[in-house]
Amino acid sequence: MAVNFKENEGIVEDILSVYSEKAKKNRKEHIGINSKETCGSCVAKSNVKSLPGVMTPRGCAYAGSKGVVWGPVKDVINISHGPIGCGMYSWGTRRNLANGEPGVENFMPFQFTTDFKERDIVFGGDKKLEQAIKELHELFPTAKGIIIDSECPIGLIGDDIEAVAKKMTDEIKIPVIPVRCEGFRGVSQSLGHHIANDTIRDFVVGTGEIDESKKTPYDVAILGDYNIGGDVWSSMKIFKEMGLNVVAHWSGDGSIEEMKITHGVNYNLLHCYRSMNYIARHFEEKFGIPWIEYNFFGPTKIKESIRSIAKLFDGNIQEKSEGVIKAYEPKMQEVIDKYRPRLEGKKVMILVGGLRPRHIVGAYEDLGMKVVSAAYEFAHTDDYERTTKEMEDGTIIADDMNEYEFVELANRLKPDLVASGIKEKYVFQKMGIPFRQMHSWDYSGPYHGYDGFEIFARDMDLAVNSPSWKLVKPRWKK
Amino acid sequence: MEKEEVKKIKDWMNTEEYKEKNFNRKAITINPERACQPLGAVLCAAGFEDTMPFVHGSHGCVAYYRNNLSRHFREPIAGVCTSLTEDGAVFGGQANGFEGFKNATALYKPKMFAISTTCMSEIIGDDLGSIVGNAREKGYLSEDISAPYANTPSFAGSHLEGYDSMLNAIIETLGKKRDAAKADIINIIPGFDTTVGNINEVKRILKIFGINYLVLADYSNTLDSPLNGEYKLYPDGATKLEDVKNCVNNKAAIAMQKYATKKTAAMLSEKFGQDVRIVKSPIGINYTDEFLMTLSELSGKEIPQEIEDERGRAIDSMTDAQQYIHGKKFAIFGDPDMLIGLTSYILEMGGIPKYVLCSNGTEDFKKEIEDLFASYSESGAEVYIDKDLWHLRSLIMTGPVDMLLGPSHGKFAAREAKVPHIRIGYPIFDRVNIHRYPLYGYSGVINLTTWIVNKFLDVLDDTSDDAHFELMR
Repeated sequence: MAVNFKENEGIVEDILSVYSEKAKKNRKEHIGINSKETCGSCVAKSNVKSLPGVMTPRGCAYAGSKGVVWGPVKDVINISHGPIGCGMYSWGTRRNLANGEPGVENFMPFQFTTDFKERDIVFGGDKKLEQAIKELHELFPTAKGIIIDSECPIGLIGDDIEAVAKKMTDEIKIPVIPVRCEGFRGVSQSLGHHIANDTIRDFVVGTGEIDESKKTPYDVAILGDYNIGGDVWSSMKIFKEMGLNVVAHWSGDGSIEEMKITHGVNYNLLHCYRSMNYIARHFEEKFGIPWIEYNFFGPTKIKESIRSIAKLFDGNIQEKSEGVIKAYEPKMQEVIDKYRPRLEGKKVMILVGGLRPRHIVGAYEDLGMKVVSAAYEFAHTDDYERTTKEMEDGTIIADDMNEYEFVELANRLKPDLVASGIKEKYVFQKMGIPFRQMHSWDYSGPYHGYDGFEIFARDMDLAVNSPSWKLVKPRWKK
Repeated sequence: MEKEEVKKIKDWMNTEEYKEKNFNRKAITINPERACQPLGAVLCAAGFEDTMPFVHGSHGCVAYYRNNLSRHFREPIAGVCTSLTEDGAVFGGQANGFEGFKNATALYKPKMFAISTTCMSEIIGDDLGSIVGNAREKGYLSEDISAPYANTPSFAGSHLEGYDSMLNAIIETLGKKRDAAKADIINIIPGFDTTVGNINEVKRILKIFGINYLVLADYSNTLDSPLNGEYKLYPDGATKLEDVKNCVNNKAAIAMQKYATKKTAAMLSEKFGQDVRIVKSPIGINYTDEFLMTLSELSGKEIPQEIEDERGRAIDSMTDAQQYIHGKKFAIFGDPDMLIGLTSYILEMGGIPKYVLCSNGTEDFKKEIEDLFASYSESGAEVYIDKDLWHLRSLIMTGPVDMLLGPSHGKFAAREAKVPHIRIGYPIFDRVNIHRYPLYGYSGVINLTTWIVNKFLDVLDDTSDDAHFELMR
């Protein structure tokens, strides 16, 4: 489709004109117009420092490590090690649902912190940390591990959390894992993902014993699904129906016990590439376990994913998988028949983390909606390579897009829906533009899998077509 | 795990023995109801005209404050930072500060940057004064933009001190003392108050009185702005900077919270000779009465009949409903000033504030609550400071209550204890519009009574058998 290259280039130029020359030069490299022919990864420069003084959507390494990767592991205790704030703000705000008795099998509804005071900064916090771990072990004897999530001060005051962790592991006989995810490391959440992956590699992977008698040729693990609003559960349902045996799910509703035996699986199935490709590669290198990316947003992508996964297995699985696709088709058609006429042609602008801006496009397209711009908070070159293929030529692709750019772009592209985070939500709603939070599924979900698509479609419809949006302008001003 | 084993452990967690262990811990904090200083600074900044909160630190920090405040208010929250990274730790954050001022000025055109700090900038020892001074000298920060700054380390105090330090810095930096007579205006300092309905209620009362007032850090409009199709980065209705300049010459100030305004109150009184009154947050009848009497004294005006009638209606609502609160036990948690008010209100209703728990309270606060208990000869009530909601859980599992009053985080303990939980305070993430309803004033009394009593009645209806499922309550 011949698109508005020139027009979109002009729009970008116009938006950037307000910056100083230096900042303009910087930001220009981060915003591109998609072209499958001429540009792959070069569409946007990525994974470099944000400009100071702009409302970047980015968070920090701690958010990526504690908030995203380690946080959802339900049978371990995450200590936010340092002052009070970080743990407070990341308490229960990512919606990683988990089964299990709180305080016994499940530590999700908690905020554990060493709550640093001035004296801890001055004299160091290692002793306090050690004492904290002892107390936790006494109060929560069933915890299967303790994760030390470092906040900024830890690295700045020179604490030796590694020594404390080693000593405590010996003493309490469960893994105590030091994570150097201080918020000042790196440029975004992304380094935090990597750091967390590395600690899982160093302290968890391969440490469990595989029960050979229970092994099947169909053992798989899900990597990079955080069970937001129940995503893991709706995905597992499909894998089970395909005949696969999900041994572990990382890390939503996940458990360290499962992580320890993941090296026994035949394949790793990777949903969030950005946050867990590191560990997938490690399993491949060290244990020869192949990994495959999949996409469970919307029936078109789900179907493709089921087929590409099924190809890895025997005829039996392939047959079952076709059966799964067929079984859900009528239901999916029903969903599309119900919502597509209400959403056809509606324009969407996306700004989310490092995966969804490309992953969720298919689900919108299944509903007849058109993604007119896609922006990432913290994607890397390999994400942009993958993005280009998913997008129509001419789509505006942006990296680390700040609030000013996002608003100005919306003023020009006139979207019918904006899909982004809590910081952005009320900005666009004040503009009278329907919005869905696409980190937390806006307190709804799941959005993964066939069951998730039905909810996704309903939610996009209730946002876009809510009668309340028609009331924004008073009748006397129309 | 086996179900039986899980149950065994859970039962143990509900024992006196576990409670003792739990209260003996010294190093780990579990489910505190307390945030960090810069969050308070960002909230404070949201109350000033065309002001951009400017946080010296990593962008993870400012993202968290914006998220947290947005979740409570369901409003946009602006804020920028200096995006410090590793090299900031080595070379200091001045260069990022310069860039930050320049970029934020180009994009957001503020009249003021309200500058606060984080753990990182505090630990690396950056001097905000010299960064601001150097930025002005080198042309990164225009002389037209005010740039008050406050040190708000996250490892000291809580969101209350952060709010106070930021407000103190803004007034001290902008305030210009005149020699002329004091203006007949009363400054209102709300404190860290995320119930915008409270600020609106205070303003309504002052209007009925006919008192000229100035609310300092007035975010009652900016964080409750109309949805009309236009996004304003700086919504209308914030405190004007010109008014801040003159506020030090107003004849008096009333601080509506004691524990979130200490520095500011002392500065106004000591440096500018202002008549500063620190009132109890006007929650319940007695503290509302006291607030009105303070207004009357400062203004020389009688308490208007209209307000006295409101008082009568509030008393009417209380006596209509008191039988449902009398003798009921409550666990109350949250910020200290709100707790003092809520405790007083519960006592006025004949309820028992069995546990009053504060994660950021001082010995002074504890004494105030104990005095309140004593004034009602209430011996069945306890106050805890520096304790968290895991302590609270032990308390309510070993010595039960009928209801929890406090922010959303209490919902986990309430669920385990199988008692209702009314959301009050900060943050409220799981109920809509609550923050729009005042707790203050006689209107607040009616709101509190309505929420608490109707919740008890809902529970009664939900749990009654057919014979006791009655029409009248």
